[in-house]
Amino acid sequence: MTLRSGIDTHSLAGAVPTLPKGRLAENVMHFVRVLRAAGLPVGPAHTLSALAAVDAVGMDRRDDFRAALCAVLVSRHDQLPVFEQAFEMFWRNPRLLEKLVASLLPRVHARTGEEPPAPELPARIAQALLPPRGVDLPERDDDETRFDAAFTVSPREVLQQKDFESMTVEELAAVRTMLRNLRLPLPELPTRRTRPSPRGRRVDLRATLKRATGATGTLAPLAFRERTRRTPPLVVLCDISGSMERYARMLLHFLHAITNDRDRVHVLLFGTRLTNITRALRHRDVDVALARVGRAVADWAGGTRIGPCIAEFNQRWSRRLLGQNAVVLLISDGLDAEGGPALSAEMERLQKSCRRLVWLNPLLRYERFEARPAGIKAMLPYVDDFLPVHSLASLTALAAALDRPHARGRMSARALHRA
Amino acid sequence: MANAGIPGSVDAVSTMLDGQDYIAERRLATSVFLALRMGRPLFLEGEAGVGKTEIAKVLASGLGKRLVRLQCYEGLDVASAVYEWNYARQMIEIRLAESAGHLDRDTLAHDIFTTRFLLKRPILEALVPPDGIAPVLLIDELDRADEPFEAYLLEVLAEYQVTIPELGPMRAASPPVVVVTSNRTREIHDAIKRRCLYHWVGYPDAQRELAIVLRKCPQAPASLAREIVAFTQRLRALDLFKAPGIAETLDWAEALVALDRVALDPQTVADTAGVLLKYQDDIGALGPDVAARLIAEVQAEGIRL
Repeated sequence: MTLRSGIDTHSLAGAVPTLPKGRLAENVMHFVRVLRAAGLPVGPAHTLSALAAVDAVGMDRRDDFRAALCAVLVSRHDQLPVFEQAFEMFWRNPRLLEKLVASLLPRVHARTGEEPPAPELPARIAQALLPPRGVDLPERDDDETRFDAAFTVSPREVLQQKDFESMTVEELAAVRTMLRNLRLPLPELPTRRTRPSPRGRRVDLRATLKRATGATGTLAPLAFRERTRRTPPLVVLCDISGSMERYARMLLHFLHAITNDRDRVHVLLFGTRLTNITRALRHRDVDVALARVGRAVADWAGGTRIGPCIAEFNQRWSRRLLGQNAVVLLISDGLDAEGGPALSAEMERLQKSCRRLVWLNPLLRYERFEARPAGIKAMLPYVDDFLPVHSLASLTALAAALDRPHARGRMSARALHRA
Repeated sequence: MANAGIPGSVDAVSTMLDGQDYIAERRLATSVFLALRMGRPLFLEGEAGVGKTEIAKVLASGLGKRLVRLQCYEGLDVASAVYEWNYARQMIEIRLAESAGHLDRDTLAHDIFTTRFLLKRPILEALVPPDGIAPVLLIDELDRADEPFEAYLLEVLAEYQVTIPELGPMRAASPPVVVVTSNRTREIHDAIKRRCLYHWVGYPDAQRELAIVLRKCPQAPASLAREIVAFTQRLRALDLFKAPGIAETLDWAEALVALDRVALDPQTVADTAGVLLKYQDDIGALGPDVAARLIAEVQAEGIRL
């Protein structure tokens, strides 16, 4: 265990003379490092704040101590569970840490069917507490896959880590070069913000007065402002179930390109469960980004549960992501055996929550495509646009389609024809 | 650093909030205490109706300070949030200077861009209060503002100062107590959160909610209050689009008192569902059978709450 070695604690403790000295400061600093390793965005500034907070609250009560650290170190709701787990493990007795971590790992492998599945967080924190061992992904062999499969919620859900390295070199190169230049020009909407403009309609009194005090004539020319325009947020819901697998690779490159092209793009993947991969995709390097996505997604190429996934999106994400006139791209083949009124209701809610709902369906490449499957029938009435997405060419066409002016309430002629 | 009037311990904060009829959990009291002690803004995030805005209000009255409130909305700009020049007065000043024959432009420009012609909006008013006593600044529903305004707030929250191009930086002599709230209709940028103490305001547990109902709605009989709380707690466990917050619980308690009810029954629940639930789908999910089942559960074991 090399957790405590190689860290310069003296410089930090010395920088803050009024703070608790010795072991506490050192431990707080280690705790911050553990949180950072577990993925929380905390740095040296947080350590100093944490020490100040601990100093202010005192060490009399454990819950105050915890709350003080929490207030300083946690900045998002979803970080709370990680913090709680790490706090429990770290502050119980730092001496026990080694044993705890050691005892965690065998349990992961020893778990059997009758034991309730432990949350995955301890594993994440255990990883954070352990010294880095280089890339340990290759060690994940069939053993782990088997234990994962024991906890599936649906018989169709194949919990499987997708290996992006299996992509051929030519494939990658071709897709990359084409997608790098692909832009998705959403029509811009007027915002409530203004900027100086000679063609604007609102008088800019501030600028006018500035001119008035500086000009030599008696009449001051009026200055004007106009409203700025901005593209609305884009939310992508992409199906990665087994039937969509052959498109998923290409689509992820596409999604990476549009995520890094502008702000306010959110990407969620779904198969049997919903995963928000926006932060993973934000990485500039497409390989790093996709590797992160591969780690984040557990239901690669498994079954499809479109209804429950859209329901989960409506419940958990729609209020946070669709707030500002967002456009939603739903990428799915709609092959969901369940279908039915539940799916219709969720689609209706989704459509009513966003500015425009665009369904991209790879099956549309077939000339004789018919909306037979229950899932497609249930979803089709609630989409504003229904477009193909099976090749790079269709992705380029999508850009053009989105640029069209659009009136809610009318489906595209093609969708009507198909339906 | 320590202001004269701020409570000296977490317990003192709890007592102060309690004295203002705000029953806070220990974690929240700790966060409030730290915000006061460390002079950092308090960032409160949580579902609608869990009492985020209320914290700022009771803080202001508890500390005996003025509350300056800034309601955020899309397009909120410096002119309506921070300051604006009083253009009408400036123009009159220019006319007066002209008629008096003082046509030295430099002096004129210097004269009309002074604090005399400055209209203070909430943020500047909180930083440079007219009475010199630092108020409580509530920046409400920051998620409704757009990103450019968020970026502007960085200077305010970190340095407690704003920069007016014509006058230079204006810094608070004693920093205000800042409370920022968000309903999470979008994620606030990490840069803002980093400058604040973050606290997630969740739904209260049954005991605390009962205490809140009894305190805020004393005209409700204790048995009814228990049933209301037990029912609402169960309602939150259902798969609803928008679970009722404390505000809805209190509204419901008042509604039932106004209807002279002393116990829950399915008909009353159906008639008053609109007080608790704000989405038609959710009201539909709380059908007569579900309501009857919940009431039966509540009345069977809610008494020992």
